[in-house]
Amino acid sequence: MAERIAPGTLVEIQHCVLQPEERAPQVPGDTRQVPLEMRVKGTLLAPAAPGDEAGVLTPAGRRLRGTLTAVNPAYTHGFGEPLPELSAIGGEVRAMLRERGLIK
Amino acid sequence: MSAGDYAAVMQQRAAIMQGASGIDYAQYTTGALAFDYERLFTDTGHDVASAARVQRRTGVGETPLVELHNITALARTVASPGRGARILLKDEAANPSGSFKDRRASLSVHEARRQGYTGVVAATSGNYGAAVASQAARAGLRCIVVQEAFDSAGIAQPEIAEKTRACEACGAEVIRLSVGPELFYVALRVLRDTGYFNASLYSPYAILGIETLGFELAGQVRQLAGRFPDVVIATHAGGGNVTGTARGLAQAGATDTVMVAASVDLAGLHMASDHDFNRKSFTTGHTGFSMPFSTWPDRADVPRNAARALRYMERFVTVTQGEVFYATQLLAELEGMERGPAGNTSLAAAFAMAQELDEDRIIVVQETEYTGAGKHPLAQLNLARRMGVEVRRGDPRDNRPGERIVIPEHPAQLAVRDVELDHVRRSYLRNALASLPQGATLGEVDLDYLAAETRTSRTYVEESIDELRGTTG
Repeated sequence: MAERIAPGTLVEIQHCVLQPEERAPQVPGDTRQVPLEMRVKGTLLAPAAPGDEAGVLTPAGRRLRGTLTAVNPAYTHGFGEPLPELSAIGGEVRAMLRERGLIK
Repeated sequence: MSAGDYAAVMQQRAAIMQGASGIDYAQYTTGALAFDYERLFTDTGHDVASAARVQRRTGVGETPLVELHNITALARTVASPGRGARILLKDEAANPSGSFKDRRASLSVHEARRQGYTGVVAATSGNYGAAVASQAARAGLRCIVVQEAFDSAGIAQPEIAEKTRACEACGAEVIRLSVGPELFYVALRVLRDTGYFNASLYSPYAILGIETLGFELAGQVRQLAGRFPDVVIATHAGGGNVTGTARGLAQAGATDTVMVAASVDLAGLHMASDHDFNRKSFTTGHTGFSMPFSTWPDRADVPRNAARALRYMERFVTVTQGEVFYATQLLAELEGMERGPAGNTSLAAAFAMAQELDEDRIIVVQETEYTGAGKHPLAQLNLARRMGVEVRRGDPRDNRPGERIVIPEHPAQLAVRDVELDHVRRSYLRNALASLPQGATLGEVDLDYLAAETRTSRTYVEESIDELRGTTG
């Protein structure tokens, strides 16, 4: 059994807003195959384990409910590995300016 | 939130929007289609001077104008002799949240507080969310930002993930949604449930806030060069940037300056497609927004959009994804300025368009935005590869959105492709006719309005409408 998380912990909850059959009429075919889901972060209001229905207090002071999906969720976006397709450009254009005596 | 009431909430949209905007839009109606566009602005009680005063109180605006000497020199190496205009950049990344969107948010949040709202809501996945969160933090208001953030596999677009972080850093609640136009429905529900102010990107406050940008840059160029710029390029999506900048330029007296709209070409990708969502590499400043908003501005989250780009643009160009990544690299490696994709879309266009002009001409890229984790080309191109998009050097004409990103091999390959404005105007008029209420006819006021909307004449509008009605029966 998953460990219950203490109230006051920053968590993310997930909630299905619209099932596929409830989606807006103008939604294209591929999007219509999947539900509209929302995720929001807040501090946990009462002890709950990941996967449980849980309530949170959001930074705007609202109380929202959903399935507890992440505890103290990380920001994982970054840069990734350098790409030679980009890193070659500087040398190329500097060489053009250098040839003409425009830079050292 | 409970599911199942999409239609019911959408039926309440007019009442919810009116309560959340502080503006009774119905009073501006003057014809079957026409409305009093200028009165929408004057009734706010603000002008470019008062907008600037509000912005100075929160550290917004008065950003540096930077001459790009090395990029100009590079453009001249590939231009015909005597060609290659001076390229200048308005460094809007110097605003508190890192983009010109602070200008747009400042008046909205100021008005929300003045009118007694306790919080603000913004439906946006981009810089505007961080701008509203930043301004709300300074104003002591609550803030909720609604984003389209991830696809059905749970993969977040990295640029939007960065905006989530930035909004949360300023104390906002961020509602992250999967792909779909029902973001608007969720935003309406939030407005209804909270009674907060709708800090729409398309309110007159948001557009007045941008007028200071055009006004400032006209003055800065005149101080530097003794005259106004010949060309100003604005990255174009929903139309606010073009509209506000052009209005500000006009108020500064820069009436001969040519206003150019530039967008990243994302033709072929569907904006509401779950599959295409993480294959765009650009979250704004692209044709997925600029085409529909140019040809019909009133598809926004307010009844009358104050951003009406077709009234102001004198030229509309597109650049490819690969060209923008190339321009981003030029700005970093030749000018030492690491900046984000929004302004660099216009920079790619400026690099090409400078070569059409004599060396003594001046072309201004009117914004930059901050860059960093998620927004950086490396983040976008690594994601593109992960999603199966080919990334390679080559001729940018081989770029295919969603399939292949081609980064130029040589600066001479950068080019702009003109969008035929006549075609855009006819699309606008087609949409106007389609939105004409059943049984209504176009009066004199409507024909004048449509001429202003399309930056044409009564004759043009009447002839075009006759043709359109002829072809559609």
